[in-house]
Amino acid sequence: MVGDLVDIAAKPQSPAAAQHLEKLAWLRRVRDRIDRDYAQPLDVEALARGAHMSAGHLSRQFKLAYGESPYSYLMTRRIERAMALLRRGDQSVTEVCLAVGCSSLGTFSSRFTELVGMSPGAYRRRARRVAAGVPSCIAKQVSRPVRNREAPASPPLLP
Amino acid sequence: MTTMDLSICATPLPHTDPEASLAFYRDVLGFEVRRDVGSGKMRWITVGPPGQPGTSILLAPPAADPGITDDERRTIAEMMAKGTFGWIMLATNDLGGTFERVQASGAEVVQEPIEQYWGDRDCAFRDPAGNLVRIQELR
Repeated sequence: MVGDLVDIAAKPQSPAAAQHLEKLAWLRRVRDRIDRDYAQPLDVEALARGAHMSAGHLSRQFKLAYGESPYSYLMTRRIERAMALLRRGDQSVTEVCLAVGCSSLGTFSSRFTELVGMSPGAYRRRARRVAAGVPSCIAKQVSRPVRNREAPASPPLLP
Repeated sequence: MTTMDLSICATPLPHTDPEASLAFYRDVLGFEVRRDVGSGKMRWITVGPPGQPGTSILLAPPAADPGITDDERRTIAEMMAKGTFGWIMLATNDLGGTFERVQASGAEVVQEPIEQYWGDRDCAFRDPAGNLVRIQELR
């Protein structure tokens, strides 16, 4: 048994395999940077500069590794945070849009609607109604995070 | 049914460079080293917070089980590199101070301290092997 373990450890890694893992680690740093700096004016060009890749190369490699483009990941991250801020209810939709790093209210609203199934304004009004005492099963539905989920074709039943 | 007498003793986290992982958990997070078995890349290092001898993290080589195929081993290595494999949640009374100290060490920051929608306030780092280390505030 111990002999097997030593053999596995000693198995040399090919230079190509090592390079592949190093590239994946760079992509991880890009994704972590999106998670960390989503509220900054980030775009794919800025992310690519940080990773020493061209924007096109980064987008393709990121999508191969994570199943979505860095732009899509960034926007989903922003909208997740926007949902949390809108539920708090103390900021307008425009303020929330800027707070999560989106400079275009139009882009923000349309991506929000695609992912959540209703506009940011409708979501904010509904979250306030929930806070005012709607049953918890519906509160759970409203506050469910958005990651890896497009909204269903027909919006969920409103309370 | 009688009550079981069980505690959580150790949970494994994979490493790729044992010395780098040891430096992170011992020198950055301040954990004590309780055992260090093996050599080279095949090291099993038990670490844990001072004052809590009953709970440890076992820093272990990934995919050491000889029943894991080469394809599976490659997948595990890829998942570790892209940061989707190992993760752990720690907790502290001083989230701000902890964040500043870990950040000052040069560790990769994944998330600065924020309020989460589920009610926790937390931050997140990568350890040298790509594991996600979330630290939440006790309150």
